[in-house]
Amino acid sequence: MLAILQKLEQKRAAAKLGGGQKRIDAQHSKGKLTARERIEVLLDEGSFEEVDMYVEHNCTDFGIDAEHIPGDGVVTGSGTINGRLVFVFSQDFTVFGGALSERHAQKICKIQDMALKVGAPVIGLNDSGGARIQEGVASLAGYAEVFQRNVLASGVVPQISLIMGPCAGGAVYSPAMTDFIFMVKDSSYMFVTGPEVVKTVTNEVVTQEELGGAVTHTTKSSVADLAFENDIEALLSTRDFFDFLPLSNREHGPTRPTNDPWDRNDASLDTLIPDNANKPYDMHELIRKVVDEADFFEVQPNHAGNIIIGFGRVEGRTVGIVANQPMVLAGCLDINSSKKAARFVRFCDAFDIPIITFVDVPGFLPGTAQEHNGIIKHGAKLLFAYAEATVPKITVITRKAYGGAYDVMSSKHLRGDFNYAWPTAEIAVMGAKGAVEIIFRKEAGNAEALAARTKEYEDRFANPFVAASKGFIDEVIMPHSTRRRIALGLRKLRNKQLENPWKKHDNIPL
Amino acid sequence: MFKKILIANRGEIACRVIRTAKKMGIKTVAVYSDADARSPHVEMADEAVYIGPPPASESYLIADKIIAACKQTGAEAVHPGYGFLSERTSFAQALADNDIAFIGPPIGAIAAMGDKIESKKLALQAGVNVVPGFVGEIDSTEHAVEIANGIGYPVMMKASAGGGGKGMRLAFNEKDVREGFEATKREGLASFGDDRVFIEKFIESPRHIEIQVLGDKHGNILYLNERECSVQRRHQKVVEEAPSPFVTPAMRKAMGQQAVALARVVGYYSAGTVELIVSGADTTGQGFYFLEMNTRLQVEHPVTEMITGLDLVEQMIRVAYGETLPLTQEEVKINGWSVENRVYAEDPYRGFLPSTGRLQRYRPPAEIDNVRVDDGVYEGSEISMFYDPMIAKLVTWAPTREAAIDKQIIALDRFEIEGIGHNIDFLSALMQHPRFRAGNITTGFIAEEYPDGFAGAAVPEGLTNKLAAVAGIIASVEAARSAEIDGQMNGPAVDPTEWMIKFDGVEHMVSVGNGRVVVDGIKLSIETKYAPGQRLIEAMLDGELLSVKVARRRQVGWRLTTRGRSHDVIALRPRVAELSHHMIEKVAPDMSRYLLCPMPGLIKAVYVEVGARVEAGQALAVVEAMKMENILRAEKAGVVSAIVAAAGDSLAVDAVILEFEQA
Repeated sequence: MLAILQKLEQKRAAAKLGGGQKRIDAQHSKGKLTARERIEVLLDEGSFEEVDMYVEHNCTDFGIDAEHIPGDGVVTGSGTINGRLVFVFSQDFTVFGGALSERHAQKICKIQDMALKVGAPVIGLNDSGGARIQEGVASLAGYAEVFQRNVLASGVVPQISLIMGPCAGGAVYSPAMTDFIFMVKDSSYMFVTGPEVVKTVTNEVVTQEELGGAVTHTTKSSVADLAFENDIEALLSTRDFFDFLPLSNREHGPTRPTNDPWDRNDASLDTLIPDNANKPYDMHELIRKVVDEADFFEVQPNHAGNIIIGFGRVEGRTVGIVANQPMVLAGCLDINSSKKAARFVRFCDAFDIPIITFVDVPGFLPGTAQEHNGIIKHGAKLLFAYAEATVPKITVITRKAYGGAYDVMSSKHLRGDFNYAWPTAEIAVMGAKGAVEIIFRKEAGNAEALAARTKEYEDRFANPFVAASKGFIDEVIMPHSTRRRIALGLRKLRNKQLENPWKKHDNIPL
Repeated sequence: MFKKILIANRGEIACRVIRTAKKMGIKTVAVYSDADARSPHVEMADEAVYIGPPPASESYLIADKIIAACKQTGAEAVHPGYGFLSERTSFAQALADNDIAFIGPPIGAIAAMGDKIESKKLALQAGVNVVPGFVGEIDSTEHAVEIANGIGYPVMMKASAGGGGKGMRLAFNEKDVREGFEATKREGLASFGDDRVFIEKFIESPRHIEIQVLGDKHGNILYLNERECSVQRRHQKVVEEAPSPFVTPAMRKAMGQQAVALARVVGYYSAGTVELIVSGADTTGQGFYFLEMNTRLQVEHPVTEMITGLDLVEQMIRVAYGETLPLTQEEVKINGWSVENRVYAEDPYRGFLPSTGRLQRYRPPAEIDNVRVDDGVYEGSEISMFYDPMIAKLVTWAPTREAAIDKQIIALDRFEIEGIGHNIDFLSALMQHPRFRAGNITTGFIAEEYPDGFAGAAVPEGLTNKLAAVAGIIASVEAARSAEIDGQMNGPAVDPTEWMIKFDGVEHMVSVGNGRVVVDGIKLSIETKYAPGQRLIEAMLDGELLSVKVARRRQVGWRLTTRGRSHDVIALRPRVAELSHHMIEKVAPDMSRYLLCPMPGLIKAVYVEVGARVEAGQALAVVEAMKMENILRAEKAGVVSAIVAAAGDSLAVDAVILEFEQA
């Protein structure tokens, strides 16, 4: 009996060594942790329960059958983050370069199926050379099986991808379909075709980092949401991030205790809006002063800075925050900011996370670059996302809410639950100057008359009371009371019930 | 007594005056420019009158607007504060013409003391020590040499109308005088429209010590002892204290009596200050010399108030009303020690560049236990470019100098400012500096001790372990709270107590227990309360109080600031710490090869082209921030390899303007 137990221990030890000490050392020398080490950092100490440790590949071609390594390049299982259940797969670069085989894919699919069944998130730690070429189409089939499950799980359980090494070719599409992608700077990259192919086909010379590094994807392409300095930072931040998310769409968002009073006034917000309407201010300050403990987890901070998105908590409960940022492009909506916010709003709606919207928007960005690239359809995404969202929606207009952008930003007309405005709000079709130039076109040459008309228009519309008189604004609130108003609103909306008409699915302008 | 007074000033001094007026039951009128419409002084006053656009020359400096405001509100008297109109005879005269009382000295005294040469003559006449030198017109270089030889070297040649370090030249011998005299004249003419020059002895180890005088309209004049203001940066006072560690009772009496004599010559009443330059090298008690007399309330008056128990603003108001001083010279006492630090909106880490913007967070220490904060801002205030960059004056009192300084250190640790650059860390460093603590200061103290600028205070002995202990507590509390999230599978997790705390490049093993923390095997007792989100943690560590500012950093950890320095701290579970050793330390790119934009601003001009060879100190570009043009200069010689930004570009802080070739 004892011998059998010992044999198990030996088998486990062998499996845990992955591709062997030499490859582990090579992994470490690149500043990367091994698949199992990453899981240790990510999960609560001792909570990881591995499955399929002894799975091996089934390929016989090109001599690969000479080498069998238990686990076959991916470590899978489940554990907890601050006590809450999560399913994890972690690709092992020390085993066949983390290449995806049929069996490797099977292991991932198994935990995806389990996570979907029990309602728990999936976190994928990606570090793979790509398809196991020796297996040919079997490997491709494996990818597709994973993709299919990504799609079925989408909107049911949160899926987070960490890119911690190479992720190229077909491999990119599994992370692409998850909810959030985090990357590690300098050691990870994602692209459909690598620099060599790019060179061959287009003669373009580009480095891996430039083509698909963490900085590229978190600034230019917006494929990834956050970039971290190293594995430890990425994994520990993921723990923090996980604490904001519900386990599935069957559950409410998590709650954790806080000492921050729900009715905390902040007098300094009364001076947040500058005297001069053209002077910007940092919307982050408002967000930090509203959420619990000034703790705001921003995503995509370096892409489309004219809109801010991220998670915070009010009374310990998760809220999603969307806010125009006057510091960047005056906070206007454009293609990138619309896409960025639309996807975030839909994530929140899918997972029952209330959405707080702070509005200071002068309108849509004009120009051929925007029109020719389809601002109409892209802007419609955000409009669509807000309009279909049934979660609690609270909106605070701090300053400008002009034109169509006013409608888009979680307005009353899009079923906003509580729509507040600060006394500094200006809700109008457009800025006074532009409006006057159109309405009083005949007086165009007369600067004096135009100035008078502009003043007249400002007096009429540069305030929240016209909108309030029509019921489009529920209440004009003092800036210092914003947190209290929001907390109170969220309490009242806790049992909100609203359903969209039955449909197979909607047809959002993709 | 006056029923209503107007304060022709803004900021902390306006608030300061209003506070006393309120205490005396006098109604107050504030004046404000556009930039100050939301300022505390406007809110504090009973009435406020708008007087124009932000630039002082269009608002606070226009006497007619102040007088109109008085008439409009029925204010019977004006307190001018300091700066602005406080020392303008024309203003005092205009008030007199309109039958409005001036809470300040007689016009004649302001006029007499406003002229450097005139005031020196008066000082001589009053028997006040003056720096050996020549008072009068110097007609030629030969004459200058003759005078300098007579005084004895080193000597200083100064433009008569000069100030702020401009138009001054030091001469160590006759040759220096011959070379410099004409140049000093030219500078005086160019800068001040006045080519008169005077020559005086150069004082070694100079200390700036001043005597507060207070007189009434009935011929009583007192000296309220001295203040020392030697700690200055570019002639701007930074730290003041009363009394001075250098002054003996006999010296104090001599200085005080001379100051009173001078005041008497000009028939002085109200508060005034006789500034003296004191040779730190001269221990005879005679080495003090008259510099100038300021005919107004000084910024640093609170330290005098703290040691004498007098409210100088109250006395000024009473004197202006015609009351007699309530005490005699014998009744003026020195009680304990008081230190004042000036909190400025300037960034010591960036060469003391002025900083403007919004005070996103502003929490001065509580005014308890002999801590006094004179300020004119609140959280959410804007520090604008239009006025003085001083945010607040932090004043402490204690029975001894050492205790008053220690109280400053704790109070500075508790002073929270965010949103703009500030000098809190620098002030804390000064308070901890052994030379300052020894009282061995001169006006050159900062220049001598911080020749290469400031990079954070030295970490005192024992602080590292205490910080590690505080970080351990924070990490444990935060982890325990995270483990209280709902939806747990197996019930709450066990709270972690073992940490690897890393900061300043060093790792510490920390074990957190009940009432004690073990850091690298050394046990510290700790009493503290911390709740996640708290921004200031106060801990008793081995019986000693430490206040630490806590700022969460999104990327795993906190920035802890105390004792004049910030530390980026990370806390890892032991196993994670072990694994963290595989992480590659990323070397920050060498930015010395780049000219970076030091503040958000607009590029007005780039003076060099690609390929240009530049010398250290050469002007490279101009950045306009808040309408101020800042010239950016080369830190070392090099060749420009690329120009990234062009005139007209708006740049963020630390954006690259141009690059130099790799050395």
